[in-house]
Amino acid sequence: MAVSEPSPTAGTQDAAPKREVIYRHALVVRATHWINVLCLALLLMSGLRIFNYHPALYWGNYGYRGVPAVVSIGAAVDPDSGAPVGVTRIAGLSFVTTGVLGVSYDSERGMVARAFPAWLTLPGEPGLALARDWHFLMAWLFVANGAVYLLFGAFSGHFRRDLAPAADQLRARHILADLWDHVRLRAPRGEAARRYNVLQKLAYLTVVFLLLPVMVLSGLTMSPAVTAAVPGLFDLFGGRQSARTIHFLVANLLVLFVLVHVIEVLLAGVVNGMRSMITGRYVIRPQAGP
Amino acid sequence: MSRLISRRSLLRAGSAAAGTLLLAGCDGMFESPAMRGALDFGQLVSLRVQRLLLSGQPLAREFAVADISPEFPLNGTSMPGGFGYFQMMVSQFARWRLTVDGLVRRPLSLSLDEIKALPAHTQITLHCCDEGWSAIGQWTGVQLSHLLQACELMPDVRYIVFHCLDELERTPDRSGLYYESLDLFDAFHPQTILAYGMNGRPLPVAHGAPLRLRVERQIGYKNAKYVTRIEAVARLDHIGHGKGGFWEDRGYQWYAGL
Repeated sequence: MAVSEPSPTAGTQDAAPKREVIYRHALVVRATHWINVLCLALLLMSGLRIFNYHPALYWGNYGYRGVPAVVSIGAAVDPDSGAPVGVTRIAGLSFVTTGVLGVSYDSERGMVARAFPAWLTLPGEPGLALARDWHFLMAWLFVANGAVYLLFGAFSGHFRRDLAPAADQLRARHILADLWDHVRLRAPRGEAARRYNVLQKLAYLTVVFLLLPVMVLSGLTMSPAVTAAVPGLFDLFGGRQSARTIHFLVANLLVLFVLVHVIEVLLAGVVNGMRSMITGRYVIRPQAGP
Repeated sequence: MSRLISRRSLLRAGSAAAGTLLLAGCDGMFESPAMRGALDFGQLVSLRVQRLLLSGQPLAREFAVADISPEFPLNGTSMPGGFGYFQMMVSQFARWRLTVDGLVRRPLSLSLDEIKALPAHTQITLHCCDEGWSAIGQWTGVQLSHLLQACELMPDVRYIVFHCLDELERTPDRSGLYYESLDLFDAFHPQTILAYGMNGRPLPVAHGAPLRLRVERQIGYKNAKYVTRIEAVARLDHIGHGKGGFWEDRGYQWYAGL
């Protein structure tokens, strides 16, 4: 991101003197980003498949059918029509979620009772062993990929230079102005586009240093072999079922992050954004207006 | 220029790969032989890393009596079929015997009373099902290592197989009888016990009476119920469908530490 080079067109075309191409993302950042996309997508889909086998979340160490659940996704029968109804319960509140959660459509069997629909899960059909195989394979790839990224980020200066907010970005006035830009869906241009904006930096830092590590640790807390070696994990999360609940909730936060991330890329310019994450080259567009 | 072309072809190959992945909505791809190789590699990594983590043979956390869950869900068989088991159950397993054989110098045949006379071991542990639920129970039994020492294993023994009385899947060739296996690393662990007591009472029929395996650092299905015969073997491929257990023969992981 620090390395800047003039665009091949900038020198010859006087009509657009402010258009400049910078080298924004290092190869390691680009490669680990896309491997991470693959890992998180398959982890999410196989994770939802595993969740479907016991679609309820509890607090503490034990939890099974009959124990009060924090969150549960189930199916009921409409007393009037006899049709299946998807019911999602969150902290005592019930929501009808037929079609997506609890009961979803299947081209072969019609309405089927299951927590998450088949199109969201891997494998689509029952297959707990296969879902677990995929989940753990992708977890290893995710951890290896994450380790490469963390080492690169720490030693190349990527974290310090690109992710740590600069002193001027941490002033309340700047943060509020940035927030206002986000509310107006206004993407930064000119000089401001050379670095990540402060909310973007805080979001990336939260994902890299909080949400993803919590995903790894809460996932490991569900492994009886890991907790035999590191029993403190039970205390860290408040029990195996609490860890499972946190694993699920943080997965939801990551999905939310990805949604916002993709929307921001679309707003800031999808061609420029995708090119920079594939080739590394990012075009700084001139400041809009005086 | 050549660098540019190579990069372009790289991008093309990459997007083609991504496209294949997106289009493969069918589950077939996720089970293809190439993918199966990758998944098996993942299993091997899990086994190796967890064995390294457990090299000091730590104990799984033991809980207090107050932590025992009010209920303990049933999985698998809750009442073995057949008149033979029914007769044994009615006579409170008076004529039931545990056989220990295979690659051993001194085969054993023990009655339930003889097993109960051996040094007892009690532990309150967390049972984790691969479906996601977990429950806490108290188990009383004899350490498997005690029996394995008594029967004098031959040097080429690598696995201990647990043959059970319950037929979880009815098939003409009786390949649906439940069985499980451990390697010696887990078989000799102090918390690996053959339990005849649960929560301070005799092991209920639904939980595997008269004797079940407890292996606390692995997932639920490794904890075979209704154990009737323990066999020491060098290989697993001649037993059942050769994968080391009822669920393993149906695609589940032999090593289930996660």
